[in-house]
Amino acid sequence: MAERKPIEGITKERTEKLIEETLACMPEKAQKKRAPHLGPNDPSSSVCAVKSNRKVVPGVMSQRGCAYAGAKGVVWGPIRDMVHVSHGPVGCGVYSWGTRRNLMQGINGVTSFALDFTSDFQERDIVYGGDAKLEKLLDEANELFPLAKGFSVLSECPVGLIGDDINAVTKKKEAEYDKLVVPCNCEGFRGVSQSLGHHISNDSIRDHIIGRYEFAEEAGPYDVALIGDYNIGGDVWAAKPILEEIGLNVKSVWTGDGEVEKIAATHTVKLNLIHCYRSMNYMCKVMEEKWGIPWLEYNFFGPTKIEESLRAIGELFDDTIKANVEKVIAKYKPIMQAVLDEYKPRLEGKTAMLFVGGLRHRHTVGAYEDLGIEITGSGYEFAHQDDYDRTQPEMAKDTIIYDDVSEFELEKFVEEFKPDLIGSGIKEKYVFQKSGIPFRQMHSWDYSGPYHGYEGFEVFARDIDMAINSPTWKLVKSPF
Amino acid sequence: MEQSKKMRQIAIYGKGGIGKSTTTQNTVAGLASLGKKVMIIGCDPKADSTRLILHAKAQETVMDKVRELGTVEDLELDDVLKWGYGDVKCVESGGPEPGVGCAGRGVITAINFLEEEGAYTEDLDFVFYDVLGDVVCGGFAMPIRENKAEEIYIVVSGEMMAMYAANNISKGILKYSSSGNVRLAGLICNSRNTDREADLITALAERLGTQMIHFVPRDNQVQRAELRRMTVIEYSPEHKQANEYRTLAQKINDNKMFVVPTPLEMEELEELLMEFGIMEVDDEENVGKAENA
Repeated sequence: MAERKPIEGITKERTEKLIEETLACMPEKAQKKRAPHLGPNDPSSSVCAVKSNRKVVPGVMSQRGCAYAGAKGVVWGPIRDMVHVSHGPVGCGVYSWGTRRNLMQGINGVTSFALDFTSDFQERDIVYGGDAKLEKLLDEANELFPLAKGFSVLSECPVGLIGDDINAVTKKKEAEYDKLVVPCNCEGFRGVSQSLGHHISNDSIRDHIIGRYEFAEEAGPYDVALIGDYNIGGDVWAAKPILEEIGLNVKSVWTGDGEVEKIAATHTVKLNLIHCYRSMNYMCKVMEEKWGIPWLEYNFFGPTKIEESLRAIGELFDDTIKANVEKVIAKYKPIMQAVLDEYKPRLEGKTAMLFVGGLRHRHTVGAYEDLGIEITGSGYEFAHQDDYDRTQPEMAKDTIIYDDVSEFELEKFVEEFKPDLIGSGIKEKYVFQKSGIPFRQMHSWDYSGPYHGYEGFEVFARDIDMAINSPTWKLVKSPF
Repeated sequence: MEQSKKMRQIAIYGKGGIGKSTTTQNTVAGLASLGKKVMIIGCDPKADSTRLILHAKAQETVMDKVRELGTVEDLELDDVLKWGYGDVKCVESGGPEPGVGCAGRGVITAINFLEEEGAYTEDLDFVFYDVLGDVVCGGFAMPIRENKAEEIYIVVSGEMMAMYAANNISKGILKYSSSGNVRLAGLICNSRNTDREADLITALAERLGTQMIHFVPRDNQVQRAELRRMTVIEYSPEHKQANEYRTLAQKINDNKMFVVPTPLEMEELEELLMEFGIMEVDDEENVGKAENA
């Protein structure tokens, strides 16, 4: 991949000076801890120098979530035909209820379960343990919702503190119901961010789900699974048709609009296509080791990356698929050109800064660039070293990379680079909008979407144009 | 103006099985016989801290009742507060069977409940907390947190592990003494008839900066009384063992020696044990060697 051309005005000296000035405002200890997490991008190095996956520095405003959030909100929540039980006090379950926009089909309460199930711990459950209550909850849920294909039991903090044995309960109930009942020991206090919740959830899938079912229909040479697409704003529904159009057979989706029995049968597919590497790479590696299933990272944000990804996927199959790939690319080229013709003239030369979770900072760069927008800074809430290594080649030289950036740091960086758009989360949204900077909430696609695939790019381009070029901003007086 | 009398809150700690509950109840019976108003709060899921006063084996505990009613808010003080010998008020915190849940949280829940419901009435002279074994988690340190017990007595004997435990508890008191007013008030020697026991515990008390407030000799009369679920004081008030507990009660009533303890380092404690022949002296080079090595 060719290195990106440098962005005008972005130099190593400027980025380093900015980091130095920002750190200078912090106490010495915090400076020392934060310094390794910030740096200018160096696309020529294969290892990113920015440190990641460390504990948050006390006193800063972090955007991170907890292990439970990573398990419930990311991995389990989107599986539509299971009942997901938040085991512990009521708050965790309620505040993670329907907040992530992982859309699902089905009839709620009958074939899909976007409901809040919680054991609502009281003092007595802490003192006497919650196992008996969990059994009762599962029995009631199984009776009330007989079409549910299984249950996940997600531990909140107190369950780990008092040492309840949810694994014994789920094992017993699984035998009773003859359905999947899966324990996930994702207590919020574990690990440094939601990232460990993803890993623990992957381990639960490995230990309790994968290999337990088979697909009804015969296996074929074009069987694939979509891994790590959570159907935010309908992303799966925009990505899956493209793969089907090139002749692949998408047998299961992990876990957006997901069905647990199909997830359990994924060990028979020919290839795993992984979108969110951070949250699901673990299971791809398990399936590779145990069943020899290869996996490939793909990126369906923006026509350039879609084409690149489709060709890479085609390389793993026969000439029929390769020919289909070219046909599909040719088919959508004029449609995409029409989108670019409409929006690019208004967006060309703009800049944006990103800060989201564990993937979009690198994956969406191509989509912005298709629209003529350059990314001057990017960073992740909870990514690891391998994510940053994958980010370097996607960013121009000396742009700023920030790991687990605090509100203060991000504000300083934005003041200096003055981007035309910020793509980040709900906690940043109003801070920046109030200072007169266009903003898109990039966790939930700001109540819009899909942004994946050809269909999604059209929506993405419209939204970005709407954000940056809205006449509203002319009415806002910024103090900066 | 008459100064309102101050309720003294006392926590009894000590190694598991050392005789804390028996000593506490006999001492409380002694205080009651001196005309004092006393409340005992059992802080042990086994809920056996008040049976000799109430003549009842399993009183309904705070946590049992909470479990039955659903929430602590539905509980009334009358449900769990019982009167026993000498008008002693008795409450048991209760809690789970071993292996489930969190007994420490049960202690916290129960004590918070008693405070909110006004169990600590002004007519009380003493409140005794009888606390399970060693301090194992925050919950079992609840009785010595701010505004609760400020006096601690450690029940100990001349056995090595009992003394280790006493020293560890002193470390806990030292920690809490800096944030509040909790003080070590003395060691109660519950005799196991080991050699030079009184001297040894006196020496240990000195090292800890405190006193051996009383040496309670071993007497089977205690067990005979227990068979009838009674204290010796109630069962046989004329017996010499009853006198021992009355003496202890009087000493506690008159006690003015409240100290921040000076816990021993492990080496110091071992030296003390060697000095009194509890631990054998062996060459450093033999450490870790098997008998026939």
